[in-house]
Amino acid sequence: MATEVHVGRRMARKEDRPLVTGTGRFVADIRPVGTVDVAFGRSPVAHARIEAIGTEAATAMDGVVGVYTAPDIQGQVQPFTLFVDQEHTPPSLDQSIHPVIRPCDMDVLALTRVRYVGQPVVAIVAESRYLAEDAAELVDIDYEELPVLTDPEAAIAPGAPLLHEQVPGNVQASFDVDLGAVDAVFAEAEHTASFRFLVPRVAGSPIETRGVLAVHDPVQEELTVWSSTQTPYMVRTRIAEMLGLAEQQVRVIAPDVGGGFGPKVQVYPEEILVAHLSMRLGRPVCWIEDRNEHLVATGQSRDQVHTVEVAYRGDGTITGLRDRFLLDCGAFNPFSITCAYNTAAHLRGLYRVPAYRIRGECVLTNKTPNVPYRGAGRPEATFVMDRVVDVVARRLGLDPAEVIGRNLLTVAEMPCDRGMPYRDGAPIVYDCGDVPASFDRLLRQVGYAEHRSATREVQDGHVRRGIGFATYVEGTGKGPHEGARALLDSRGDIIVLAGCTPHGQSHETAFSQVAADALGVSPEQITFRAGDTALVPYGVGTFASRSAVTAGTAVAVAGGRLRQRILAVAGELLEAAPDDLEFQDSTVHVQGDVTSSVTLHQIAAAAAPGPAARLPAGMDHGMDESYYFVPPTVTFASGLMAAVVDVDTETGVIDVRKIVLVHDSGRLINPMVVEGQIHGGVAQGVGTALYERLVYDDTGQPLTTTFMDYLLPTSMEVPKVEQIHVETRSDRNPLGVKGVGEAGTISPPPAIVNAVVDALAPLSVEFSELPLTPEVVLDAVLAARSGRTGGQR
Amino acid sequence: MSRDDEAQEIALDVNGTKRCAVAEPRTTLADFLRDHLGLTGTHLGCEHGVCGACTVLLDSHSVRSCLLFAVQTEGATVTTIEGLSEVNAELHPIQQAFSAQHGLQCGFCTPGFIVSVAELLAEDPDPSESTIQSWLSGNLCRCTGYQNIVKAVRTAAELTHPKAGPGRG
Ligand code: FES
Ligand code: FES
Repeated sequence: MATEVHVGRRMARKEDRPLVTGTGRFVADIRPVGTVDVAFGRSPVAHARIEAIGTEAATAMDGVVGVYTAPDIQGQVQPFTLFVDQEHTPPSLDQSIHPVIRPCDMDVLALTRVRYVGQPVVAIVAESRYLAEDAAELVDIDYEELPVLTDPEAAIAPGAPLLHEQVPGNVQASFDVDLGAVDAVFAEAEHTASFRFLVPRVAGSPIETRGVLAVHDPVQEELTVWSSTQTPYMVRTRIAEMLGLAEQQVRVIAPDVGGGFGPKVQVYPEEILVAHLSMRLGRPVCWIEDRNEHLVATGQSRDQVHTVEVAYRGDGTITGLRDRFLLDCGAFNPFSITCAYNTAAHLRGLYRVPAYRIRGECVLTNKTPNVPYRGAGRPEATFVMDRVVDVVARRLGLDPAEVIGRNLLTVAEMPCDRGMPYRDGAPIVYDCGDVPASFDRLLRQVGYAEHRSATREVQDGHVRRGIGFATYVEGTGKGPHEGARALLDSRGDIIVLAGCTPHGQSHETAFSQVAADALGVSPEQITFRAGDTALVPYGVGTFASRSAVTAGTAVAVAGGRLRQRILAVAGELLEAAPDDLEFQDSTVHVQGDVTSSVTLHQIAAAAAPGPAARLPAGMDHGMDESYYFVPPTVTFASGLMAAVVDVDTETGVIDVRKIVLVHDSGRLINPMVVEGQIHGGVAQGVGTALYERLVYDDTGQPLTTTFMDYLLPTSMEVPKVEQIHVETRSDRNPLGVKGVGEAGTISPPPAIVNAVVDALAPLSVEFSELPLTPEVVLDAVLAARSGRTGGQR
Repeated sequence: MSRDDEAQEIALDVNGTKRCAVAEPRTTLADFLRDHLGLTGTHLGCEHGVCGACTVLLDSHSVRSCLLFAVQTEGATVTTIEGLSEVNAELHPIQQAFSAQHGLQCGFCTPGFIVSVAELLAEDPDPSESTIQSWLSGNLCRCTGYQNIVKAVRTAAELTHPKAGPGRG
């Protein structure tokens, strides 16, 4: 193995230079000669029948290349039918939770009916985006408006209009989990309480919007598509399927991608249509989403309402929990039960909760389709569970930290079988470490004992300080697979290729570190490429905190195999046993004798097919190794978070002073990168806790369609994050890693809300909705002071 | 089209070079730089003046190039991210600092941040942490959580003016 170990080191990123000099290549930066631009005409109403579309004036405009409606593409572009990869549930999951999933097809362009504001209806192609937008104004569409559903509870009420005729009751998908003698536990409970929790609809909001460029080569009959996507392989599969092409005719490239966070996992109508138009027109076709479009046309997330009952003892031990929740999936549900089941699977988190029943329902409404966003169902789950624990403690007059400690799973209970399957069908068995010990570290780090004994008033009596806690556990490194290739090119340079595509996760650096260790070279010697379906035949993508585990392992194994091959050929050239050889820079030499060496260039030449080849007997030509890692199931990363907040009781303004996180994501490949992922995740969690909400009015009109209305946290709002890394190595992959991409995002909402409750402790306020705005806080303070019950119960 | 709508020649000094191109009056400065001059380092994240990804310096002051028309900048001096360092040459201290402190992840917001930090450090070579925080609040980053960007600005200040003391703030 390598003499130097690079995994585990802070290493500056290899990918930075182009990005800091403005020479990165995002989709919008690529513009082949002759490119034409698309603007979409989108539904301005939430629910309507399309009566007529007049495109004559737009078509006649100078500079317009073509105007396309659903009838124009019928027969040539298939609709999104059964989101196959998502609808598939493994048999063990089927038997356990009995999911009901109804088909809910989605046209690429709306044919007879629109179901949300922003749905694409017409595509206008013109010589520039300016002209395409001018022409879009000239398209005349008659809509016959239909009744609008904006509230999932109203949507499932008897007699509600149906959004899709084949989906009874507007419930597109549902499932049930039932563990332990739940009803008996409630019948015998010392205490019970019930709650209603709301987690709003939010937008993942990468700073780069979506964008697609497609170029068709009619001679080779090949289509090349650049897309700002997290899942180029899924885009390839969908384009091939829906346009009737063979997969090898479609190459999808994710160039530099300016953030994804989940919404860019979905394959969208625009990707299919732009590809189709490039074939149809014989010209490069480009569409770059603008921010206004992004806030209506890109998938939105969270949006759950929970009705929860909890049974507990007088010491705060939770004995049972029942929950029924609705996930407002919008007008279509491309991800089926993915987020809802994640919520159910993660809701108990690190807490024991022996009896547990939960029913999840994905309900159709006239809103933009719901897609996963960083955490994908887990922030919702954690908000519910950690609020419940906090309320139980406070209603009993106990210290929340004590009640948390009482309910946390102990190290003696690990590995802990949770009695239900994961989304992949395998049993959920936590491979977490000593969680209570981590909680103790957290309490010490945040100075909880001092806080308990100090006065909460920090300024003039109207600013009060509070500390709140939350936990998380997350299945990371989801399959089904990810692959990598490691090869020497003919000059002896080392190339590592992977199937997963980065959009900020530092894959080039991290996987160069992994490959360097596997090969026994330095990371600088490795050229890493990913994000192009032409590089590795099979791949999935970057989401669900999966790349370090899946692609990382694939890179390690492929790299190790290439090392073996290099040493075998070097052994042949040097007439030495491979075990007696070692690497130094770009040469391999006999241990203890640097004069007896060959260069990687010579080794590559010796392995190349031809009369000059010199290979050990029986070895094939070439220097190209690949490996696909198919993980047995997920690894479980976990953590505990404390938020320190100051609450101004005169204005309701919350100042998050500090976030402390003790987390365990297994072995760290590059601590600097891990910390960066957590910082960014926490910032998004702070946004969800305090600022972000997509608002719709009763007619289904979105009211948050700019960054003036939809508030992202800035440098003024995001607190410092102190991190303590605990490294419990996973035994589910050879690197011992777990994923971390989503970790920071999950716990801030309950940690911050619990901290606000703590700051206001004498007032006994309770909150059950996000975001926690100054109005809500102030209202709770005033209500409590006037003797009404404070907050949202 | 009336005469007012007609494309016209627009000449500017961009990154120290006289540049000239024909564009319609409604062409934004951002689109002019990107589409007409090929300077794609200036990014568009919102096109309505909030995210700051499109920040460039116009006569030494930062502006949002998505909110200006190119014609308004006729004859002006514009510095974009591409003007901070030469191709393949040593990076500008701010660029070095962003990399050293892991102040970027996807890198989409980065040119806007770096250009706006260039203006800050020109005005205040030794900014405190709270000055940096409030200065940066005009740029949105969804990846980093800002903490490392704030550190990068301190590092850049120290690299540029070795006397700027560490740990101020
Ligand atoms: S693109 Fe100009 S401020 Fe966002
Ligand atoms: S680094 Fe991705 S938006 Fe800032």
